[in-house]
Amino acid sequence: MTIFDRSKKGRRAYTLPEYDVPEVDLGIPEHLLREERPELPEVYEVDVVRHYADLEAKNYSVDRGFYPLGSCTMKYNPKLNEDMAALFRWLHPYQPIETIQGALQLMYELKEMLMEITGTDDMTLTPSAGAHGELTGMLIIRAYHLDKGDVKRTKVIVPDSAHGTNPASATMAGFKVIEIKSSDEGLVDLKELEKELDDTTAAIMLTNPNTLGYFERDIVKISEMAHEAGALLYYDGANLNAIIGRARPGDMGFDVVHLNLHKTFSTPHGMGGPGSGPIGVKNFLRDFLPVPVVRREKGDYYLDYNLPKSIGMVRSFYGNFGVLVKAYTYILTMGKDGLRMASDMAVLNANYLKKLIGEFYPVAYDKDEKRPCMHEFVADGTKLLKETGVKTLDVAKALLDRGFHAPTIYFPLIVHEALMIEPTETETKETLEAFANAMKEIVEEARRNPEKLKEAPVNTPVRRLDEATASRKPIVKWPKG
Amino acid sequence: MMKKYTKTHEWVEVIEESRARMGISDHAQDQLGDIVYLDLPEVGSEFKKGEVLTTIESVKSAEDIYAPISGKVTAVNEDLSDHPELINQDAEGKGWIAEMEMVDPSEMDDLLTEEEYKKFVEEEG
Repeated sequence: MTIFDRSKKGRRAYTLPEYDVPEVDLGIPEHLLREERPELPEVYEVDVVRHYADLEAKNYSVDRGFYPLGSCTMKYNPKLNEDMAALFRWLHPYQPIETIQGALQLMYELKEMLMEITGTDDMTLTPSAGAHGELTGMLIIRAYHLDKGDVKRTKVIVPDSAHGTNPASATMAGFKVIEIKSSDEGLVDLKELEKELDDTTAAIMLTNPNTLGYFERDIVKISEMAHEAGALLYYDGANLNAIIGRARPGDMGFDVVHLNLHKTFSTPHGMGGPGSGPIGVKNFLRDFLPVPVVRREKGDYYLDYNLPKSIGMVRSFYGNFGVLVKAYTYILTMGKDGLRMASDMAVLNANYLKKLIGEFYPVAYDKDEKRPCMHEFVADGTKLLKETGVKTLDVAKALLDRGFHAPTIYFPLIVHEALMIEPTETETKETLEAFANAMKEIVEEARRNPEKLKEAPVNTPVRRLDEATASRKPIVKWPKG
Repeated sequence: MMKKYTKTHEWVEVIEESRARMGISDHAQDQLGDIVYLDLPEVGSEFKKGEVLTTIESVKSAEDIYAPISGKVTAVNEDLSDHPELINQDAEGKGWIAEMEMVDPSEMDDLLTEEEYKKFVEEEG
């Protein structure tokens, strides 16, 4: 039921008093003026509240249960973060600078902490979310090469296991994307890389650990190869949750380091809230950062717009400030040791779950038993599909019936029937075991009665959605009448 | 008429002397799942063999489609803009994507025969 279905003519949630001031002509051209009233739903306040409370009850979130959505780091978000963000709710971006010193101090300190965590020398907090950060990072790399007069560098190398946003961001920034095949261990293949690296390469975009959940152990060598060729190394921060306090992208040789505060630093995301995608850079790139940059001088904080080589503004104002407050709160609450322990536990949880699931469901690129995964792993349903006709999609839907959010499916693309599982550090041993048991049950069901799984889900507020029709013929507007 | 396949899962069939019709293989459509969108190439545009001809989107992923041969696009399957599901239903028939005027018909020689392609798919999968 949409809110339009609750509408009854004449009902109002709020009624404003009659005008008691003269109407002013704003000079809006006639043809832009609306002639008919907008057809908004007409409802009482209680209708609005019940409508959204009803939707909320049907929704699934990390507050309700396990959410192992690979590469998305759906960790629990402490409620303290929300309380702290609420302290700033009356701030306005046009306030005079002297009245927002506390907010600027928070941004400045957050930046300093994130630079320490990532091993970078300067940072912008402005990008709205992950992919926006990627684009910002790629524009910085472009500006750097062009500033040197190096106009030949038009290519960006991306491994075939990369997040889809990587090639998209590089393309948006005007580069041509070169995809390289992963090795049979699921890592960057140095020989493939060498073949493509030359004086037209602007950058290599990598995630470490990569999307298969494995650490790129040749990262220092890769960094040397990139820099020798005059290319820069870009870090996609999606998987930072695996390594905080243990390794820093800056130390590995990354020049531009991207973060997803909403993933790693515990703020609601994925339809639950806005993101934040800061970009950290090494010293030689700081002049290209977007404006404004928060700076401090003699104890006062200010916004620096005077960066002649800057790529410019990447959005209005200063980023999703509320998310910055939540990330700041999280970092201070956890402390240095707490952050490191969170990463350790994220890796431990993933390895425990991989061991449990690996008993009855193959794990991709897992030939070397001694090699641990990092914060996530990819289970491969190819064998199950061949033997039973049950697709990964069916397995995912069956998990919904058992009260779990499904893992990321069909990604990374190099694993055909991929189930990408990231448990995060905030789950207990019991939860991990319950999930592994559910997976086992599903595999047994697939062998016994595969047709039943094709029906799944049956216990959710809506049954299996027709994704194909939704994409082919989307109805994005309330159909009147 | 001669029909060949690429390792990137396109099929191409010579329908007249130097004119060929192409699309994606039945195996490719099965791997992609329900196709939801196809960006049709422009008639008149020219491609070299192996260049990205267009992109295809399914509920699972978006993939590039490569030109199996060099040449100029002379026709596209307009039905696909409203009915991309034709590719799922009949990838190597009604789900054809484009017709091309070949520059060098001998390029066909390097492509895989149906048998070779089948074997390739088995080894890959």
